[in-house]
Amino acid sequence: MAPPRLPLPRSLLNDTRVSGARRGRAWSRLSDVSASPPVLPAPADVSARRGLEAAQAMAAAGTGQQWVLVEMVQAFYEAPAYHLILEGILILWIIRLLFSKTYKLQERSDLTPKEKEELIEEWQPEPLVPPVSKDHPALNYNIVSGPPSHKIIVNGKECINFASFNFLGLLDNERVKNAAQASLKKYGVGTCGPRGFYGTFDVHLELEDRLAKFMRTEESIIYSYGFATIASAIPAYSKRGDIVFVDEAACFAIQKGLQASRSNIKLFKHNDMADLERLLREQEIEDQKNPRKACVTRRFILVEGLYVNTGDICPLPELIKLKYKYKVRIFLEESLSFGVLGEHGRGVTEHFGINIDDIDLISANMENSLASIGGFCCGRSFVIDHQRLSGQGYCFSASLPPLLAAAAIEALNIMEENPDIFETLREKCKRIHKALQRISGLIVVGESFSPALHLQLEETSGSRENDMKLLKRIVDYCMNRGIALTQACYLEKEEKCLPPPSIRVVVTVEQTEEELDKAASIIREAAQSVLN
Amino acid sequence: MGSYNYLGFAETGANVLKTVADELQHYGTGVCSSRQEMGNLDKHVELENLVARFLDVEAAMVFGMGFATNSMNIPALVGKGCLILSDELNHTSLVLGARLSGATIRVFKHNNMQSLEKLLRDAIACGQPRSHRAWKKILILVEGIYSMEGSIVRLPEIVALKKRYKAYLYLDEAHSIGAVGPTGRGIVEYFGMNPEDVDVLMGTFTKSFGAAGGYIAGKKELVDFLRTHSHSAVYATSMCPPVAEQIIRAMKCVMGLDGTTQGLQRVRQLGENTRYFRRRLHEMGFIIYGNDDSPVVPLLLYMPGKIGAFSRHMLDKNIGVVVVGFPATPITESRARFCVSASHTREMLDTVLNALDELGDFLQLKYSRHSRSSRPELYDETSFELED
Repeated sequence: MAPPRLPLPRSLLNDTRVSGARRGRAWSRLSDVSASPPVLPAPADVSARRGLEAAQAMAAAGTGQQWVLVEMVQAFYEAPAYHLILEGILILWIIRLLFSKTYKLQERSDLTPKEKEELIEEWQPEPLVPPVSKDHPALNYNIVSGPPSHKIIVNGKECINFASFNFLGLLDNERVKNAAQASLKKYGVGTCGPRGFYGTFDVHLELEDRLAKFMRTEESIIYSYGFATIASAIPAYSKRGDIVFVDEAACFAIQKGLQASRSNIKLFKHNDMADLERLLREQEIEDQKNPRKACVTRRFILVEGLYVNTGDICPLPELIKLKYKYKVRIFLEESLSFGVLGEHGRGVTEHFGINIDDIDLISANMENSLASIGGFCCGRSFVIDHQRLSGQGYCFSASLPPLLAAAAIEALNIMEENPDIFETLREKCKRIHKALQRISGLIVVGESFSPALHLQLEETSGSRENDMKLLKRIVDYCMNRGIALTQACYLEKEEKCLPPPSIRVVVTVEQTEEELDKAASIIREAAQSVLN
Repeated sequence: MGSYNYLGFAETGANVLKTVADELQHYGTGVCSSRQEMGNLDKHVELENLVARFLDVEAAMVFGMGFATNSMNIPALVGKGCLILSDELNHTSLVLGARLSGATIRVFKHNNMQSLEKLLRDAIACGQPRSHRAWKKILILVEGIYSMEGSIVRLPEIVALKKRYKAYLYLDEAHSIGAVGPTGRGIVEYFGMNPEDVDVLMGTFTKSFGAAGGYIAGKKELVDFLRTHSHSAVYATSMCPPVAEQIIRAMKCVMGLDGTTQGLQRVRQLGENTRYFRRRLHEMGFIIYGNDDSPVVPLLLYMPGKIGAFSRHMLDKNIGVVVVGFPATPITESRARFCVSASHTREMLDTVLNALDELGDFLQLKYSRHSRSSRPELYDETSFELED
């Protein structure tokens, strides 16, 4: 005898008799009832729910398997088609996953332990360092005894210094030395800590303040090493996925900074604005294809004021025009031009008369004109503040020894008091540039007002090594007659665009006109004797 | 107690700094040239010879900045096709140097020799990823004392592993040179090992010698190679002469070459101070990390909220401490880091310890569940003689 059927609530019964097209609606109405907020439900729905609960309770109470089956079958019929299909697909997928074979990870080694042992025994590493031949040109350094100032004693011979970047002659200055002595008495030598951990002294803050005022920017930040300045500043702003347009002749520190930042680097030909514009235009076209990505990539142009490798100046006004046209940011590296160009020595921006706020970041090292150690970056406040937490060379390294900071402050004082030394320096540069023009066999590379010139061979012999040997002979000839010169040194394998071998001639404000003329004539003699 | 002034050379007495002042007057402050061009002063040669003698190695080379020493020389030593195995908690400069070199980097767990050995075996057996060619070189990067943990590296075990698997070892002794070891020669002396076992000994002069700069020491071929191929030698300015003179003076003092035993006294004083400080902190019930001999003492605060309060209260009591939180450490392991110095007297340490005691109760920092007292417990059953 069939057990009595509990009457289903009327609404539900009615719905079950309708055709499949309205099944879905019934189901959704049920779910609406259960999901709706606790508003007072209509009596019919309450009874519906109560009825369903009662039915389930009856089924659960174990009034027979048939009840459960019947409920299931009924639910089955009442369910909408899409739900059934979805569940069916899921069940089939689970069955497939359960029965499929597991796949092996490719990296897991299938070597037996014995094979591993054999491989480990067999493996021979390269020596840690390859042997260096005894007559490698860079192995034997020139030993300088005494201060590397105007008159320098190299390898026992006294010469006039045409090789150290002591442009304003501040290395020997008594005022600078006295300031450093006073600071030494007060603070000792080292700071024993990074800037964040009790390594910030009042001299550091004063120096930052003075530099910002001198360059007429809002704020500046000091690093304890010149190389680390630009190499830490670039990765603080430019990350993976950003685009940097950099000149081919950029110095090594910039290259390392770019490598650390992992951004996309686009090189443009040295000082060639047309090439740069072409690259910018190509980038613009790329951006239009993918505007969402373009919104989040940052774009930078990185140039040097006076290039160390070629002695040229960058065409800053055109760069500013490109900056505003294509909306890229400019970073300027002024190691050579700080304290040299401009009426007051403020660098290439003053030379061209450009508002300094147009440049986003200026970075320079204090090791050239200021005759100290370290470097600084200056710019707007919000730009520089970022480096205080993200500049690796700033946060993770000890701060500048206070005596060097005090020396830099005094050097700045001297620069501000005597603005005519810059003009004097430029005159001397022009003089020697002219004097070196007519040497046969050597060409002068660099602007006439650049204090660091290069002398390259007019005709190369084809091999870099031979060129370097010839230049070394010229340098030795000059050293023997009292002029200290040096070859420009590069790491041949690491540079992106290796400049040709050259002799570096550095002009300082301390050299008299006779000395300049003497140097020019000795170099001419040397070139004639060696190259002919 | 926040500055890295382990041997107390960051001092300002006029007599003490006389040689430095003289050199400053003679040489000036800057150098304005790189080592290879015109920046190699006789002072640098003297310093390098002294460093080599101090460490008992064949040769050494000095650089102007400690951070840059790592980031510019690791790329010169290894390149693409090499493998770098570096410890989890290595300093940023080591990580940057490893990244700039272009080699493959694998990280092993901090001071965990099993992890390192497993990586070594897998690496040699499988070769380079994807191409499976043999590795050109394997370089293990470790530090002597880790500055955030105060732990000392397990040098004997690493050297044994290195010899077995023919890898090279680069030891960064930034915090440990001058600070550990019976005569202050660093980790190698602390463990009584041969300096030739470590291929590249690197260190900085900022911490124990109160100056600035870094050095790399080792065999003559290594140093010759670095003289020609290091980025710093070619492009970066060399160390400035007064700073070099300070290092020479400090090193001579530690080695005893200036005729006094002051150097040795300083090293001994540092050791005593370290042990005393750590013992008292243990007794008070704080949790501190690190090896018992390391002068870097991290005191765990755990709660990020207590960091600021700790620092401010200590400053009110005129004690300067360094507190570190995320992201330098995991977020639940914030700590206060003390650097013990040889120039701390017993009274100074006692002042600090009393302040810490008070503060520990106030901020509830005494988490340790070990027994508080150092006095041995007296048992009733000690041997006693029965009276007749």
